Amino acid sequence: MALLEASDLRKHFGALVAVDGLSLTVEPGEAYGLVGPDGAGKTTAMRLMVGALSLEGGAVRILGHDVTRHAEAARACIGYLPQRFSLYGELTVYENLIFFGSVRGMARQALDGRARELLGFVGLAGFEDRRASALSGGMKQKLGLACALIHRPRLLLLDEPTGGVDPLTRQDFWQLIIRLLGEGAGVVVSTPYMDEAVRCTRLGFMVAGRLLTAGSPRELMRPLAGRVLELAARPKGLARQVCRADPDVEDVAAFGERLHLRLRTAAPAVRGDLAPASGALERLPGVLTAAGVQVQELRHIAPSLEDAFIALLRGDA
Amino acid sequence: MTEAIIQVENLVKKFGDFTAVDGISFEVHPGEVVGYLGPNGSGKTTTIRILLGLLRPTAGRAQVLGFDVGREAESIRPLVGYMSQKAALYDELTVAENLTFYAGLYGLSTVQQRLRQREVLALVGLSDKQNERAGQISTGWRQRLALAIALVHQPRLLFLDEPTSGVDPAARRDFWDLIDELAQADTTVFVSTHFMDEAEYCSRLGIMSAGRLLAMDSPAALKRDVLPGPAWNLVVDRLIPAIEATEQIPGIAQVGLRGDHLHAITLAGQHSAESLQEALLDRGFAAQIEPAAPTLEDVFMTLAGRGGASKG
Repeated sequence: MALLEASDLRKHFGALVAVDGLSLTVEPGEAYGLVGPDGAGKTTAMRLMVGALSLEGGAVRILGHDVTRHAEAARACIGYLPQRFSLYGELTVYENLIFFGSVRGMARQALDGRARELLGFVGLAGFEDRRASALSGGMKQKLGLACALIHRPRLLLLDEPTGGVDPLTRQDFWQLIIRLLGEGAGVVVSTPYMDEAVRCTRLGFMVAGRLLTAGSPRELMRPLAGRVLELAARPKGLARQVCRADPDVEDVAAFGERLHLRLRTAAPAVRGDLAPASGALERLPGVLTAAGVQVQELRHIAPSLEDAFIALLRGDA
Repeated sequence: MTEAIIQVENLVKKFGDFTAVDGISFEVHPGEVVGYLGPNGSGKTTTIRILLGLLRPTAGRAQVLGFDVGREAESIRPLVGYMSQKAALYDELTVAENLTFYAGLYGLSTVQQRLRQREVLALVGLSDKQNERAGQISTGWRQRLALAIALVHQPRLLFLDEPTSGVDPAARRDFWDLIDELAQADTTVFVSTHFMDEAEYCSRLGIMSAGRLLAMDSPAALKRDVLPGPAWNLVVDRLIPAIEATEQIPGIAQVGLRGDHLHAITLAGQHSAESLQEALLDRGFAAQIEPAAPTLEDVFMTLAGRGGASKG
């Protein structure tokens, strides 16, 4: 059975349509990434999925329990880490865990063992007696995760859990997530970071309350395979003009001292990885040189998830 | 000798017991786009506030456009532009009115204003939206308006403090294209970010952690000089046990998760794809090994070291 089935979710606030027909499912062992800019509706979508906001249309089922009609049963299966998670600063790390466990209706005897297990799991063993207000940003985040996990939820919803934390903490956080997935949990995680999104098993690109597309990172990047070139050339401004005017080039972006070029697709009948605008790699250096550009290097590079998202946003993919 | 636009020597800023900026030194030269990369709380905004003359350094020295930030702050501000994470826009005013208001603050005459306004709106691509209210336009357009405001008095140096937080990737890339154009026209840009992938757009990059500047160089040079050896993608099942196994292989400098595979750095000259594959097979993991492009995240991890992780 799917851990989460959200179908055709809808919500508006005044004139703003925040979530506009969103559907997704999460199976055990899956990390589903909701990727999109601020205002795309990621947080509203999560709040609808955990039942914190009422639906205007559509349905959410958590392990088969309807989140509206069987709210108690559904919520018992969910761990939710909102973007601004409130810990009790005056309580210690251990007391925070016990508090959130009691709220979830757990028996006191069971709680102590579970709290200590989780502190070990998130790497906070030894910090039991520190007040939450005295933790670093990364440690607070880990305690927040532990609190969300206290009642052994099968489904975890994390709203931008690693915003602004350093890469080392981010790496640790993801290792924890992968461990949970290995135990059969499912995770929905929202993020504005493309380099984080690539860690998910499946992704939905969200814009204006809708999913533009969804798939595994590899699937999403596939339409761009062989279509991204990196150019080092002087002068850069002229190189950019020449590339923009070239019929094979769909988009040009400056990347520091280099330019990234996205090639148009070849005839629609041609399929396969290296179908796009074949010959551009061989032809462009000549075109650039003739225009007075000094070409240092032109080569194929692997497309990034950001390339894929931008191509979709511009309607070019 | 090129004149330095920004010159910082042993700069320190303390707030009580907390050292926000811990003895940093660097220079920025004309026409550079210098990035300042680090997590929240690493001292990025504090540095910018000192360079704008808004905060006094506890120790050390900083000069901006030849003026001392402590004693000559008034001379600096008219010459620099500043755009912050949360731009102060007047939602009830139109795009053009917002610009007029700020141009007035900078003391531009009415005629200068009219000319400059047209020029700046065209530059940031807002000419068509000049009569719309600032409160009605999208995040991406608001960010361009904030940039237009920072540019209205034709500054030689532009400070951008996390300018692209929360905008979509397409708007983010357009924004960086605009920055590139400004740099080509000899505006110097100093920009803070906590996006590793965004830092790639800078011509030079400073890496901040806990108030210290760990390194500053071009993205390519950082990858070449900081990393102890080549990068690899390890495509393997059972990711977490595989990380632990990989850490035990001699010659591995670091290994971490990258989505559905692992990413590792090996010490120079220690491994080939075949030797890595063999070492993993010895430990019970069938892996597919591909050479990988090193990333700025690799650089940050190497510089900040695993020791930083225990502090959380």
